[in-house]
Amino acid sequence: MSTWTSPSRRTVMARTAAALAAGAVTACGSAKPGSGSDPGEPAKADFSERGPITLAKGKDTTGHLRSQVEAWNKEHPDEEVTFLELSESADEQRVQLVNNARSKSDAYTVLGMDVVWMAEFAANKWVVELPKDRFPFDDMVPSTVTTATYFDRLYGVPWASNAELLFYRKDLLEKAGADSAPTSVEEMFEIAEAITGKEESVFGFGSQFAKYEGLTVQITGLIASAGGVLFDDEGTPHADSPEAIRAMTELRSAFDSGVIPKEALTYKEEESRQAFQDGRLVFMQNWPYIWELVNKTDGSSKVTGKVGLVPLPGIGGKKGASTLGGLNWSISAFAGNHGTAADFISYLVKEESQKEFAMATAQAPTLTSLYEDKDLINRYAFWTALKEGIDAGVSRPPTVRYAEVTQAIQESAYRIISGEAEVEPEMKALQKALVKLAP
Amino acid sequence: MAVKSRLFGAESRMAYLLLLPTLILLAVVVGFPLVLSIWQSFFRADDGVDPETGLLQQGDTFVGLQNYADAFTSSGAGAGFWNAFWNTTLFTVVGVSIETVLGVAMALIMARALRATGLIRASILIPWAIPTVVSALMWQLIFDANGIANRLLNYQVLWTTEGWQAKAAVLIADIWKTAPYIGLLTLAGLQTIDEQVYEAAKVDGAGRWRTFWSITLPLIRPVLVVAVLFRLLDAMRMFDLPYVLLGKLRSGQTLSMLAQDAATKTDYGMASAYSMVLFCYICLVAFLFIRLLGADVLGESSTRTKKKRAKGSKPKRLVTTSEGSMA
Repeated sequence: MSTWTSPSRRTVMARTAAALAAGAVTACGSAKPGSGSDPGEPAKADFSERGPITLAKGKDTTGHLRSQVEAWNKEHPDEEVTFLELSESADEQRVQLVNNARSKSDAYTVLGMDVVWMAEFAANKWVVELPKDRFPFDDMVPSTVTTATYFDRLYGVPWASNAELLFYRKDLLEKAGADSAPTSVEEMFEIAEAITGKEESVFGFGSQFAKYEGLTVQITGLIASAGGVLFDDEGTPHADSPEAIRAMTELRSAFDSGVIPKEALTYKEEESRQAFQDGRLVFMQNWPYIWELVNKTDGSSKVTGKVGLVPLPGIGGKKGASTLGGLNWSISAFAGNHGTAADFISYLVKEESQKEFAMATAQAPTLTSLYEDKDLINRYAFWTALKEGIDAGVSRPPTVRYAEVTQAIQESAYRIISGEAEVEPEMKALQKALVKLAP
Repeated sequence: MAVKSRLFGAESRMAYLLLLPTLILLAVVVGFPLVLSIWQSFFRADDGVDPETGLLQQGDTFVGLQNYADAFTSSGAGAGFWNAFWNTTLFTVVGVSIETVLGVAMALIMARALRATGLIRASILIPWAIPTVVSALMWQLIFDANGIANRLLNYQVLWTTEGWQAKAAVLIADIWKTAPYIGLLTLAGLQTIDEQVYEAAKVDGAGRWRTFWSITLPLIRPVLVVAVLFRLLDAMRMFDLPYVLLGKLRSGQTLSMLAQDAATKTDYGMASAYSMVLFCYICLVAFLFIRLLGADVLGESSTRTKKKRAKGSKPKRLVTTSEGSMA
């Protein structure tokens, strides 16, 4: 048995790179198949090492990150950053980063991490623990720092955040005599029903209800909007809590009554946006990026100038909550020059850089001060609503087995909204599945 | 004695020596990964989490046949196995059957085309030339809730939601893409048939239908069987089309997708187990298909068929008959 260790262990041994970080050596050195090694301490960084590093992040669609990297390189010729663009799809990026980490390669130094990967990478010691005093965590919106926290330790520096907002048709609401945007989900469905009763070609509400990650985003936020939590701070699931069942019942009845069209089962972000800008939805829940697109004046949108937006409404008198998106910077445990990596991250998250990035791309920053910035408030109509949304935002469950957890949530939620299963028994079944997946 | 000397003589030793590089290459490229996959399928990653730090136990545990047991009972990590198994089987059986019929029909049209033959052949082959991912994206647009398909039907079918319609969407897109492949290979077979055979059939008073069943089909059978075999193997490992067209819908999940899904969850043991099951399933189908239909993949019987054809077709006599009747 001792010579025939498991395959992954052998791949590890095959790569006896000298550059292995100290934490990584202890991680694989004592492991024996069948016994499972003691996990020990989190991977630590050595911030005295300096030199060239790499930055691995998904496709830089705006090209703006690249220009910031170039600006850094001009000032730090000895600590050059090479920007390695990964795939555009989040799933593919994760696979690339996981494969790289499993082979303990030093190819990637600074990693652009989707908020939902943090737990997996931290628990596997693929990224190093970051000292709380090295980065301006106190100046950041607390909910974004939560996305970078795993078991009370920090493994990433929040750089981008995001929260969904409720977009609505001002003109249709006015016509129906509703003088302001709804403040609760119940009120929203009422108004929607009143309007769709008169306007034949319009549906009430649409959002991302196809079976993919977006559905987990919807459900996590909806349950939080009813005052519940899908997972509490200890990582215990509460899928069958009265709040969760209340939230799901509300959603299901909107599908049953037709306020949410059946075709919403095929909606991802772009399909929702398309339906909304074609004038087929009264209300839509989506990310702020769609704001400029639905207000385009080139004729692609039929609702230009007729759109209003507010933070998400709540259920049963509770405050609405959106699931948070976003990106954190982490440092690979297997690459060197952690000192440069930390400085480079500080450079990316400092106020000046984040503001410049937000002005150019509308990306939601993580520094609290930028939400009071006059330039940004004037530039983006949704800025204050977005801040409210991020403040009230909830994280998706920070679990090592996130892939399985999100799949279970998607399966159950889809069964409920497609009418295949009833709310209570299905949420009880989901609870059972989630308990099994909890560590 | 003769056999023995052929196997162990100096000459044959030389032959083995010459074959050695190939054998080594095969062992490294095919054998080694296969053995490694089998070995890996007996392990499962440890997933214990330290309650203080949240850190994961490192290492893998030998679990014997547990991964296979989970798959065959569709429980635990193997959930969804039978769904994927039946999807794979459905896409293979229904898809390849329809493709074969359509492919043969296309070949007959291409062979009979009198004018613009190049254009007709090219246009039939376009679907086959388009990369699967691209065609999947194209069909995604067509099958959109407000897409062309629904406008033509004048009825809203939600193609990309769970249910029979999602399976139908995969089948339609797959048949559209791969029927031309069978068509192309069948066309090659059709062109080897001697025109005189048809003339003879005409003289003997055979109708079109009779000619097709008694002459065309038996003569293109060797080619067709190989084409269908390749399509079977291809369809059984279908991945990209449902992956792009339907995403994570259970209705479109195939065994390859299940293996990939397990791998992205870093459950490499389970992923290997799925791959091995699929490997065995494909081997079994290929074996049965060759046994039952006698696909001549390696060209072993080419000499036999040549002899048979020389004996069976008797072109000389046919020519004489037709000339005789003309006279």
